[in-house]
Amino acid sequence: MGMTLAEKILAAHCNRRQVQPGELVNVRVDLVLANDITAPLAIKEFGRVGVDRVFDPKRVVLVADHFAPAKDIPSAGQIKMMRDFARAQSTLFFDGGEGIEHVLLPEQGLVVPGDVAIGADSHTCTYGALGAFATGMGSTDIACAMATGDIWMKVPPSIKLVYRGQLRPWVGGKDLILHTIGRIGVDGALYAAMEFTGQAVAALSLEGRFTMANMAIEAGAKAGLFAVDRTALTYVKGRAQRPYTVYSSSADARYQAVEEFDASAIEPQVALPHIPSNSVPVSQARGMPIDQVVIGSCTNGRLEDLVTAGRLMAGRKVHEKVRCIVIPGSRQVYLEALRQGLVQAFVESGAAVSTPTCGPCLGGYMGVLAEGERCLSTTNRNFVGRMGSPKSEVCLAGPAVAAASAVLGRIASPEELEA
Amino acid sequence: MKLKGRVHLYGANVDTDAIIPARYLNTSDPAELAKHCLEDFDPAFVGRVQPGDSIVATSNFGCGSSREHAPVAIKACGVGVVVAGSFARIFYRNAINIGLPILECLPAAQEAQPGDTIEADLASGEITNVTQGRTYHAQPYPEFMLELVRAGGLVEYTRRRLAGQGRR
Repeated sequence: MGMTLAEKILAAHCNRRQVQPGELVNVRVDLVLANDITAPLAIKEFGRVGVDRVFDPKRVVLVADHFAPAKDIPSAGQIKMMRDFARAQSTLFFDGGEGIEHVLLPEQGLVVPGDVAIGADSHTCTYGALGAFATGMGSTDIACAMATGDIWMKVPPSIKLVYRGQLRPWVGGKDLILHTIGRIGVDGALYAAMEFTGQAVAALSLEGRFTMANMAIEAGAKAGLFAVDRTALTYVKGRAQRPYTVYSSSADARYQAVEEFDASAIEPQVALPHIPSNSVPVSQARGMPIDQVVIGSCTNGRLEDLVTAGRLMAGRKVHEKVRCIVIPGSRQVYLEALRQGLVQAFVESGAAVSTPTCGPCLGGYMGVLAEGERCLSTTNRNFVGRMGSPKSEVCLAGPAVAAASAVLGRIASPEELEA
Repeated sequence: MKLKGRVHLYGANVDTDAIIPARYLNTSDPAELAKHCLEDFDPAFVGRVQPGDSIVATSNFGCGSSREHAPVAIKACGVGVVVAGSFARIFYRNAINIGLPILECLPAAQEAQPGDTIEADLASGEITNVTQGRTYHAQPYPEFMLELVRAGGLVEYTRRRLAGQGRR
């Protein structure tokens, strides 16, 4: 019987010809990741495992991005701890300001098609856009994998999501994934691997696919994968730091469920507070007052996101009642945004442009919300208190809705600005 | 091992930001995290919880981030067991790995009332709602998970495994 993309990758990493959903397998990992919040705990646990060295320093990546550059003294201590560990172990290390982990790793070619990548960050599933099996875990799992180079997993069932038709103007990966989570719910893909297919997603750039795979966890999924096509190979070419293998689902692969979408009917989306599945077409959220807009994050901090926002914000002003924070996802994205004049356009429009950081997405710093405030954000979660006060609100959207809303001072459709 | 305590009852999708807000993630000290467990979601919880109490929730408990600080905070509060209809998968792994007992059982979660006394037998998966006089059977742990639990968590399991391979 044929296997899905996810099953084939897992089978190859435990030297099996066939694996089936529900089976427990021990798989080799190609990459192990932790950040400044999860690495300190992982390093402590690593110390208890009883080995001196990580299994392969070139496959262990530590990224200081959540509270980095350090927001306070305890955070500085956590980052110092990971910096010291990375130096002592000669692992890869990216310090504050170099980039957000899930923007950085694919961009640097550290994760490639066919990989099994695990990270102590729930949005590790982002790399599924490259045809890799990537999933988030906790610090203890990561500590043990840093020591052994393998990890136990339950083979997930796969759910196929088919997006037919052509996307409307201003609709991108974020809108598709918010709409999807709205339909299937925040546990609609619990424990499963989501496989994104169809004409509409084949037309997306890798950036749009990273956005979709990134939020698979918001449906409870273990991974979110895309088949490797020419667009993906073009992205990987010149970046890949290792040889890679392209896997694809067999025609007779078995799926737990198949969900079909008419992508041409999907409007830009907004997820209202306080859960990502609370998504509605922007036409139903239009007019909601906002105090802040954030454009960035591991979900939407890539160049294409900034280009989209720039198209709407260049030559216009951020509304006087709104503050807008733009955060390029990596140093490379930042530099390219500078070269293209985007940073100047954002600053001239009245936005604050920050060095790469996760900062405001999880209420860390660089845009924490006060009681009673509402933020429209291109990030991934809108749980109570996510970006600051438990009495604040977060709405999620893609960069086009965010940019239009920043200019109009309320939740707005990009088409309102064009009219 | 039997655990007996009062029920703190919650609904669906209790997320990790609710369990431990990110503003406290600049530490990994369990005692410090315990002080802020469920702070924004149920501010009275920390004052109310007694050692051995249970958290009972309907579905998708622990959704959201991979922060192990979430089960660590719950365990450090003295909670003996978390019973839910379903768990978010990263939370599930994290709880097993750090030794916070969790049991999957939807009927027990749906029928429990706040303040009920429940008794959970981790070995058999039997959950007794002492107040209501009802007994339930949780999904049994897969054999491998039992091995992890018996070893005392993933780190100890891995230690032994590596020692067996002569890497130590």
